[in-house]
Amino acid sequence: MSDFVSEFWNFYVTGIVLVSVIGCAVFLWSQGSANFTVGKTTGHAWDETLEEYNNPLPKWWSWMFYITVLFALGYLALYPGLGSFKGWLGWTSAGQHKAEVDKANAALKPMYDKYLGMDVKALAGDKQAMETGKRLFLTYCLQCHGADARGSKGFPNLTDGDWLYGGEPAKIEETISNGRMGVMPPHAHLGADTIKNLANYVRSLSGLPADPARAAKGREAFMTVGCTGCHGMDAKGMQAIGSPNLTDGTWLYGSSEATITETITNGRQNKMPVWKDFLGEGKVHLLAAYVYGLSHPQ
Amino acid sequence: MSETQTTYNYKVVRQFAVMTVIWGIVGMLVGVVIAAQLVWPELNFGPWLHFGRLRPLHTNAVIFAFGGSALFATSYYVVQRTSHARIFCDKLAAFTFWGWQLVILLAAVSLPLGFSTGKEYAELEWPIDLLIAVVWVSYAIVFFGTIAKRTVKHIYVANWFYGAFIIAIALLHIVNSAEIPVTLTKSYSAYAGVQDAMVQWWYGHNAVGFLLTAGFLGMMYYFVPKQAGRPVYSYRLSVVHFWALIFTYMWAGPHHLHYTALPDWTQSVGMIFSLILLAPSWGGMINGIMTLSGAWHKLRDDPILKFLITSLSFYGMSTFEGPMMSVKTVNALSHYTDWTVGHVHSGALGWVAMVSIGSIYYLLPRLFGKPEMYSVRLMTVHFWVATIGVVLYIASMWIAGVMQGLMWRAVNADGTLTYSFVEAVKGSYPFWTVRFIGGALFLVGMLIMAYNMFKTIASGKTVNDAPVLAPAAQHA
Repeated sequence: MSDFVSEFWNFYVTGIVLVSVIGCAVFLWSQGSANFTVGKTTGHAWDETLEEYNNPLPKWWSWMFYITVLFALGYLALYPGLGSFKGWLGWTSAGQHKAEVDKANAALKPMYDKYLGMDVKALAGDKQAMETGKRLFLTYCLQCHGADARGSKGFPNLTDGDWLYGGEPAKIEETISNGRMGVMPPHAHLGADTIKNLANYVRSLSGLPADPARAAKGREAFMTVGCTGCHGMDAKGMQAIGSPNLTDGTWLYGSSEATITETITNGRQNKMPVWKDFLGEGKVHLLAAYVYGLSHPQ
Repeated sequence: MSETQTTYNYKVVRQFAVMTVIWGIVGMLVGVVIAAQLVWPELNFGPWLHFGRLRPLHTNAVIFAFGGSALFATSYYVVQRTSHARIFCDKLAAFTFWGWQLVILLAAVSLPLGFSTGKEYAELEWPIDLLIAVVWVSYAIVFFGTIAKRTVKHIYVANWFYGAFIIAIALLHIVNSAEIPVTLTKSYSAYAGVQDAMVQWWYGHNAVGFLLTAGFLGMMYYFVPKQAGRPVYSYRLSVVHFWALIFTYMWAGPHHLHYTALPDWTQSVGMIFSLILLAPSWGGMINGIMTLSGAWHKLRDDPILKFLITSLSFYGMSTFEGPMMSVKTVNALSHYTDWTVGHVHSGALGWVAMVSIGSIYYLLPRLFGKPEMYSVRLMTVHFWVATIGVVLYIASMWIAGVMQGLMWRAVNADGTLTYSFVEAVKGSYPFWTVRFIGGALFLVGMLIMAYNMFKTIASGKTVNDAPVLAPAAQHA
């Protein structure tokens, strides 16, 4: 369907709305002046006993009807409703939203200015700031990271001191501000047997039970098929590109052979959204301090 | 009174009347199950019995299987009796029964399997949509064919409402279900973005307006004056509120999309017509309740009238509540909360189900050649159990809804939200428990009705269709 951008639609909408609203009142008025005979039937009968009294319309009901029509006309004069006519009040829902947000932002500016003047470590020690930070976290972050910030499958735990992209205050702030894209490419082309070997090797790296023969073959493959490009020769990952350390016993998706096999075969796509435009730097700064504080108890 | 040799076709009415009770139990049982799942999430077993799949099954079952069967049963009865003519084309009428039952069975299988268009109250996939369209057009042919066969000059008011409902649902279903099939079980809507949303809620609100309102007003206009033994209060009122109702309902859909990407002017138009809709809706309530004037004492010991008049009270209440909720400032609080769920059920249980139950109780003895239901006492018990159930349901949802709305918008001095979302969920649990109890009571009422129905049917076996009556001579 195309959009209705022609000026014709303005007149069409205006005309049909006005005619319909006023038409309701005209129709009601025309019917209210029929010939009524109170307490007498219309003379029609159906199915032996069904008849209808020729009683007039209840007055209070007619007035209620007229009042809603008048209200509608008044509303259409004040608010947008008649095609492209904006209404005398100039109200828009986007405008109302912006006004409320601007008002709130203006009122909160001194508080956020103060917090922006403090560094993340100091802010993490400010009890009042952290109460606000926690509430922000519970509004914007808990959907993925959980109310306790311990994450879930595919969503990092923020309390364990293990960092994909680095846990320094500036890095945390960068992650929240600009978001992150974590990509593990799919490796189905390696074949099921090699992938099983790799999975056993990866498990052995953090001391999990693994088939030693397969783990040895897996190590060989690890060094040659491209794993080291991101995870490094020592499999300890690289925070610069967010590739996980495979030796530390921390698992984003799970450590079972089946899950690791799935990760290698199909790859993984992970995304931390960009927050700077939506939240603004004050809230991002405060959230960075809150997240920092989660693994650095004061 | 002269009698002709032909009879009314009661067979199709009997079939639909019995299935009304059966589908009522099935649909409400699924409703009680999903109400329980909200209180005890452990009750979500596997993908097939998960809330997300059972919820559309519940809505489809109660609206189209229970409500639809009640409308088929009563409209076929009423149109024959008030046209003084046998139904037009018995075979096509039989096809509408079996076709509609097939639609319901296909829905009951395909929805738990996860086949869904994702459009509320229009979730069924395209092959079922086509079947619905064929059955519905057949329904229109049978209904209007019977009207055309009538041996009285005037068309009774109940038939105006049934007729409007049949035409409007055909229009709504065909336009909103326009979709592009990809496979047998998957299709995409013909519309996109906000236009898709607008078409969907034009459909969605008019499914309420025509199926759940106009159709049941048709029911009301026959069974209330019949059971009360009184003439309809005002012919002129029925004329005015009929035309005003079917005209204004068509505009009200945008109130489902307040504060969304829908243009502001469209939201305003939806809102003002929703407000104008108050008087036309109340016209039906006034005409029904005032019909009883002079016969109020009958309410005391007639359970059918109790059901019918209580249904009109709930109808009046929900059609006052609806326009209020369409006002943008009220909607800002009520939208997305359980208040909406409460509003829907004060209409669905209080109005639609109660008026259907009353009408089916009226029909059953007549259809099965009995002087009255097996147990009038059990009808009264059903009435009270159902009424308490509805009251518990809607009162708990009102409180939960307003609480949720207030919690979601509460803001601290530092600009943060006072409550996280999950706190509003936690606060809702007691009310969801009360809602579950209310819904379960309503279901118990339906089980009592089923027992009473089967006992009525089982007592004796002669079932004769009534002969077609000649119209009253002086009015023919």
